[in-house]
Amino acid sequence: MSNSSFYETDVQRQDGTFLDANELVLNMGPQHPSTHGVLRVVLKLDGEKVLGLDCVIGYLHRGVEKIAEHRTYAQFAPYVDRMDYVAAVSNGLGYCLAVEKLIGVQAPPRAEYIRVIITELQRIASHDVWLGTHVLDVGAITPLFYTFRDREEILKIFEKYCGARLTTHAFRIGGCQYETYEGFEKDVKKFCDFVEPKIDEYEELLTGNRIWIDRTKNVGVLKGKDCIELGVTGPVLRAAGVKWDLRKAQPYSGYEKFDFEIPVGTNGDTYDRYLVRIAEMRQSVKILRQAIEGIPEGPIMAKVPKVLKPPVGEVYVSIEAPKGELGYFIVSDGSTRPYRVRVRPPSFVNLQALDKMCRGALVADVVAVIGTLDIVLGEVDR
Amino acid sequence: MTGTDMPEETKGTDQSTPKPNEQKLAAEETKTVEVSASAKPAELPKPAADAAKTAAPTAAKPAAPAAPKPAAPGAPAAKPAAPAKPAGPAPTPWASELVARFKARYGSGIKEASTYMGQNYLVVDESIVMEVLRYLCDDEQFDYCVDITAVHYPKREKQFDMVYVLYSFTRNERVRVKTQIADGKAQPTASGIWPTANWLEREAFDMFGIKFEGHPDLRRILLPDGWTGYPLRKDYDILKQDTGWVKANLGIESGQ
Repeated sequence: MSNSSFYETDVQRQDGTFLDANELVLNMGPQHPSTHGVLRVVLKLDGEKVLGLDCVIGYLHRGVEKIAEHRTYAQFAPYVDRMDYVAAVSNGLGYCLAVEKLIGVQAPPRAEYIRVIITELQRIASHDVWLGTHVLDVGAITPLFYTFRDREEILKIFEKYCGARLTTHAFRIGGCQYETYEGFEKDVKKFCDFVEPKIDEYEELLTGNRIWIDRTKNVGVLKGKDCIELGVTGPVLRAAGVKWDLRKAQPYSGYEKFDFEIPVGTNGDTYDRYLVRIAEMRQSVKILRQAIEGIPEGPIMAKVPKVLKPPVGEVYVSIEAPKGELGYFIVSDGSTRPYRVRVRPPSFVNLQALDKMCRGALVADVVAVIGTLDIVLGEVDR
Repeated sequence: MTGTDMPEETKGTDQSTPKPNEQKLAAEETKTVEVSASAKPAELPKPAADAAKTAAPTAAKPAAPAAPKPAAPGAPAAKPAAPAKPAGPAPTPWASELVARFKARYGSGIKEASTYMGQNYLVVDESIVMEVLRYLCDDEQFDYCVDITAVHYPKREKQFDMVYVLYSFTRNERVRVKTQIADGKAQPTASGIWPTANWLEREAFDMFGIKFEGHPDLRRILLPDGWTGYPLRKDYDILKQDTGWVKANLGIESGQ
């Protein structure tokens, strides 16, 4: 496998010559199982060493931003769930917060708590999917079954709460549509007790595992400076040692009320990103416990007019989605439909770093790096 | 931060330059800073800022009188929340030292500096937008380019709004820079300032047809290379595209 000296003998050959006798162009995807959807990567190789790569994306492009211009504010809300479909709730939260900002409404405290609970559950679910598939890509099958078993418990709670498991559309502009069901708090508490030992289980399988360490240590290194230059956010940025999380930096939806840590790594390699995400799952459980304890009584919807006509203006609102900073830039022209909705997708921006992370690595490492970036093509392509 | 002693040291040599970072704007921002001190962003822009002190001392001058007051010691993180929420939905003028510095530096090039819903933005003339962005990145520590996008206003003479959303880790502050550009006019690329602009500008090109001068790799990114038209323009006709495609590729009338 790769080691650090391997990385230093990097890329002397970026002189514009593309195909000489030693160079090979390899097409990976769009239907390669390790590309997590329909990502096509064109690799330039010298033997097994990656000289550079080009991402070909857009296979899942549905024109979400264009659709938004033809829907009312409320009608567009379910569409955002289809972007990052493994963390649909986070997308919905970001959109609702953005529109609420535009119309100057704040969700009531109880709604905020429900939002936090559902979103943190979703974060764990999203990290579960990431862990299972990422580990599967580098050769271990068992964790996939473990993580999907645990994610199932979360999806069950979602199903009981709002009737849907994946694209939930759990929140509405101004609060939540649904009151919590009978036994919701008990279910979440039970889940917290259930999942904590399970996270230990993942760690037992992987953290000290020789093969896992060989495949991930010093693979796909991205240092903090590069992360910032490339706009990379989320666990990838934190694994590089930059302690930045929007939930702390610019709290939204009442996150300032909760006590939690921002886990950071040091090396910015694939192994650190694994550790950071695992630690984040634990922090999410911590937030869940506090939220369940402190959930206030009260209304779950703010007063929102039936026909939404935000005043003319524009806002940019972003949240810490499981994958990084998810932002919505909405321009209102005073009508019932948004004049422009721009989604700032974390996966899209993070994917841009793939080239830098893979240069000098082996083809097998590309698979590991795609996994560790935790991209969802629905969000990359929108 | 060494906020306490730095001003004294620099006073003798270069009175006019306020330390172009931290506190000033943090005073306005109600949020906390969570960037670790060891993190790269804190130290990155320092040399650049120093260079700027010598390079453009005049520019920073007018801001100096206001500078002493907030140069308080310690972390700006613990600032008590003083939510200066705008009352109405109308944009209010954004008064800060950053803006004062900008006005002094670029004069009428800064067309508007406002706050809307607690979010600050600058509207600048298209001729100086790259200078402004470069200055924001190098000297004002807006080192993270969050997003670059455009908005199409077909009825206007300058049809596009280019929007740059920037964030500073050191200040924990966001600012939007907007400029208006005409259709068909090439906009200089920001990818020399932030590499992340590469794909963001490619997307803007793909969706709006805005050309970026000096961009290293200006191709369509989400749509296929042979696509006609730019979907996020207001005059892009989805139905026409659809029926046209069906006719050309399937040889039948579209059922739409």
